[in-house]
Amino acid sequence: MRYLPLTPDDRAAMLAKIGAPNIDALFRDVPKSAVVARSVFDLPDTQGELTVERALSKMAAKSRAAGSLPFFCGAGAYKHHVPSAVDHLIQRSEFLTSYTPYQPEIAQGTLQYLFEFQTQVALLTGMEVANASLYDGSTATAEGVLMAQRITKRPKAILSGGLHPHYAETVETVAGLSGTVTRSPVTPGKAEDIIALIDDQTACVVVQSPDVFGLIRNLKPIADAAHAKGALLIAVVTEIVSLGLIEPPGAQGADIVAAEGQSLGVGLNFGGPYVGLFATREKYLRNMPGRLCGETTDAAGKRGYVLTLSTREQHIRREKATSNICTNSGLCCLAFTIHLSLLGEEGFSRLARANHARASALADRLADVKGVSLVTESFFNEFTLKLSKPAASVVDALAEKGIVAGVPASRLMPHDKEARDLLIVAATETNTDEDCDAFVHALAELL
Amino acid sequence: MSEVRYTDQHEWVSLDGDTATVGITKHAAEQLGDVVFVEVPEAGRKVGAGGEAAVVESVKAASDVYAPVGGEVVEGNKALADEPAKVNADPEGDGWFFKLKGVSKDEFAKLMTKAQYDEFVKGL
Amino acid sequence: MTMNNQGRPTSSGSVNENEMPTISGDRGLQHEVSLIFELGRPGMTGVDLPQVQMTDKRLGGLRRKGPVGLPGLSEPEVIRHYVRLSQLNYSIDAGLYPLGSCTMKHNPRLNEKMARLPGFADVHPLAPQQTVQGAFEAVGELMKWLTTLTGMPAVAMSPKAGAHGELCGLLTIRAAIEARGEKRNRILVPSSAHGTNPATAAVAGFVVDEVPATEDGHVDADALEAKLGPDVAAIMLTNPNTCGLFEPRIKEMADAVHKAGAYFYCDGANFNAIAGRVRPGDLGVDAMHINLHKTFSTPHGGGGPGAGPVVLSAALAPFAPLPLLVHDGNEFRMIEHADEATDGAKPFGRMCAFHGQMGMFSRALTYMMSHGADGIRQASEDAVLSANYILASLKDVMSAPFGEGPCMHEALFDDSFLEGTGVTTLDFAKAMIDEGYHPMTMYFPLVVHGAMLIEPTESESKESLDRFIHVLRTMALEAKAGQTARFDGAPRLAPRRRLDETAAARKPILRWKPKELPQAAE
Repeated sequence: MRYLPLTPDDRAAMLAKIGAPNIDALFRDVPKSAVVARSVFDLPDTQGELTVERALSKMAAKSRAAGSLPFFCGAGAYKHHVPSAVDHLIQRSEFLTSYTPYQPEIAQGTLQYLFEFQTQVALLTGMEVANASLYDGSTATAEGVLMAQRITKRPKAILSGGLHPHYAETVETVAGLSGTVTRSPVTPGKAEDIIALIDDQTACVVVQSPDVFGLIRNLKPIADAAHAKGALLIAVVTEIVSLGLIEPPGAQGADIVAAEGQSLGVGLNFGGPYVGLFATREKYLRNMPGRLCGETTDAAGKRGYVLTLSTREQHIRREKATSNICTNSGLCCLAFTIHLSLLGEEGFSRLARANHARASALADRLADVKGVSLVTESFFNEFTLKLSKPAASVVDALAEKGIVAGVPASRLMPHDKEARDLLIVAATETNTDEDCDAFVHALAELL
Repeated sequence: MSEVRYTDQHEWVSLDGDTATVGITKHAAEQLGDVVFVEVPEAGRKVGAGGEAAVVESVKAASDVYAPVGGEVVEGNKALADEPAKVNADPEGDGWFFKLKGVSKDEFAKLMTKAQYDEFVKGL
Repeated sequence: MTMNNQGRPTSSGSVNENEMPTISGDRGLQHEVSLIFELGRPGMTGVDLPQVQMTDKRLGGLRRKGPVGLPGLSEPEVIRHYVRLSQLNYSIDAGLYPLGSCTMKHNPRLNEKMARLPGFADVHPLAPQQTVQGAFEAVGELMKWLTTLTGMPAVAMSPKAGAHGELCGLLTIRAAIEARGEKRNRILVPSSAHGTNPATAAVAGFVVDEVPATEDGHVDADALEAKLGPDVAAIMLTNPNTCGLFEPRIKEMADAVHKAGAYFYCDGANFNAIAGRVRPGDLGVDAMHINLHKTFSTPHGGGGPGAGPVVLSAALAPFAPLPLLVHDGNEFRMIEHADEATDGAKPFGRMCAFHGQMGMFSRALTYMMSHGADGIRQASEDAVLSANYILASLKDVMSAPFGEGPCMHEALFDDSFLEGTGVTTLDFAKAMIDEGYHPMTMYFPLVVHGAMLIEPTESESKESLDRFIHVLRTMALEAKAGQTARFDGAPRLAPRRRLDETAAARKPILRWKPKELPQAAE
């Protein structure tokens, strides 16, 4: 078997050294009744690369890849172009197959890029300090809520109606154990009176901007109202490219930022792995979950990097840890930081502009179609349309025609009557004029 | 002149009237390694004998520090926030953690003397 | 205060470098690497994008006022930066990682190719379900492998990592107990457990009650059984355990736990010892997370991403979290809301957005299909054989607390053999770096002093194992003979000497700062 280097002679020699008659003797502590024969497993035997590749390629071909047709899905995961250097670099052995940098002397590559990543996240979000990534935006949001509960010693989390429902459900799963979670009603495209819900039991208010419908939210008034009552504002960003064009949460008074970095470097990946970005104020540093990379010097006086403030983490604090997290997003983190390094200030700005311009033009054309109205007046690269027919059936019909028209809001909020006619559409720099033409014409024909 | 007693949890406590000053012993500080962070209790907090009162962190470990006697916290040593290294430099002096008032002389008397504590450490 | 045996030197000391200095500061193939923020020029970019016209009337008055502050570099500069960084890293492709409990096996390259098939990699989790059937099929196939190998009827696929899987398992248990109308809030965790176990139990809202180990490195089954009661929700065991030993009384413990109305959570980190040979379902396990990045070769990537699907017993299966992948005879469907659940499913909620780590699923599936059930069984045997070979070859010069053997896929040593030498486990480990090896797992598990846990995995040739054994034997003999020169101030030959972790923790510097740092608004 191509991945197993030991030969039968090797095994015999090793058994002789050990003094065991056969391999079964090494499993002596396993109850005999628990050992099963290979035949018990209804699974195939070893297969060569060619066979495996054929089988999996056949399987994969039953999906329609986003790059193969006009594609307009967003709602928390966005299709962007990833420069070829990114995938090439992350597949270098020393990045792909290295372990967590617990032995810093031989892991400076990983540690330095984490330090650079932390800096990039802080700069993007306008916050003072960021960690070395969490699993994804949704679990980062949940961690933010737990952190706010710890800092304020209060139980209540208020979630904006514009927060991605998957994120809200994730928060409810963990934060509901240590406090209460209140969800503000969903009001697509309209103002939300979340400030009225803040009281002196509130640990945090969680607001996503742009929200799940694409609407850009003004965070400053909410931050002020939260602070006046001793609560924290957690800002959630699911489309990180939006920070190339919109005021960052840090400049609007956010105390914690939980974001999804998938748009840069990572690709759609059918939902995972993604990369959770997490940033906060320096005064809350010791309450922050996740790994942290810090600068220091070595015994020869050279600058170097180490994982630090580990006493917050599970392997030391055990049941008193700030979180149970062990891994970060490693390779996805690296892909993000390489992509952003390639873009630089100029490229990132152009990318954001291209996204907004494309989405804006498409929104205008779609709103002109009979039976379509634009619900979100201000947006970055994602907007919501109200249709004259249920959006889910429109999406299915357009899929038959080879167009993936976006995410029907009912997929995320099946019980919301108002959501039934709403279609969430994302347009990025990867959408062409032809894509948009096809979409507009097909929609017009259908409605 | 205040008297100093010790616990088998490696805290020392010195009593001056009914105000006690508490810290960790030299032995404990050595075992801990370089102290990087100390969390001291706020004034007004009431702790019982043996209750968790403070946390001391090195790079690789975090340890709870217990109140050797019960009382109300007068102050935590704020200087440790900027200079946790004081705990290593002078654990039984400058590196004190917190002061308590209203402590019981009887509870204090039950603790180990220096000689007893030194014996105890030898036997570990 | 609570004492611990973890406190160990973390400042770096200082050394005199006697080597001839170079002009550039670089040394041969080894380069010093600036921070990306210290490089670059305004206006430079590595990605050509057109400058487009746009108005900002649709930005809600919130157009960004100032620059982000990112450096600008061309593609060749970026590639050079990251290639040089990569050259500072050790990796499994380059050398053995004897890291106990990490299972640093070879990462097959076919995995990478298959993960990048557009039908797996370029599909959106919320695309119309009929357009992504190929991706669903791959997930379904992996679910079949996981449930078959473990002998369990169901598996929850969404957890993003092992620790996340532990949380999922405990929340499933909590839901099952609540459905019975009971309230149980105590979880029994062995003192030898990995830190994620008690941390997860605390996050899940339980109180942790520690179970001691016996002299021979097993969980004290009698103590465990004595601690059972109507308020115990579950036990969390690792099997084989963190000392590298199979728990011989595992079935008895599982039976006692079930009799007391509690559940058996198994930490699957050490599944590599028994995959293809023993089914956790046969041992009475109710929930077990599987680290795809350990047992099933998905790459460690410098710290992530992982994946931690959780196999579930019939008792817990109904409470698996959303979303649920089902096949209705015709096609695959993802159930994303509780009220759409069928067949008595009562999901407790969602662990995260979307449905799981597809990128890790495709890699793990590729690994499983390549090995086959016979290959997986052989891999487990080779892993166990290699660990025992190392134990047998080193126990006469190093100290193995459970050296009579056999061990499972990892061999545990402690620092008794270094007593009186002045060399600590840390020094020993750092000297391994100079020999071209990543150190083994140090100071874990906590139940022995100065632990050294060695897991070679099945991916090492005998020649590689023999070289490793020779180096460790020689080091151990030198230490005991008082020849401690190679241990003083090790490592010497790595890109960095020992780093000052004390300073890093006392005065944390966690980012590069520009000359004018924009203040976060109040």
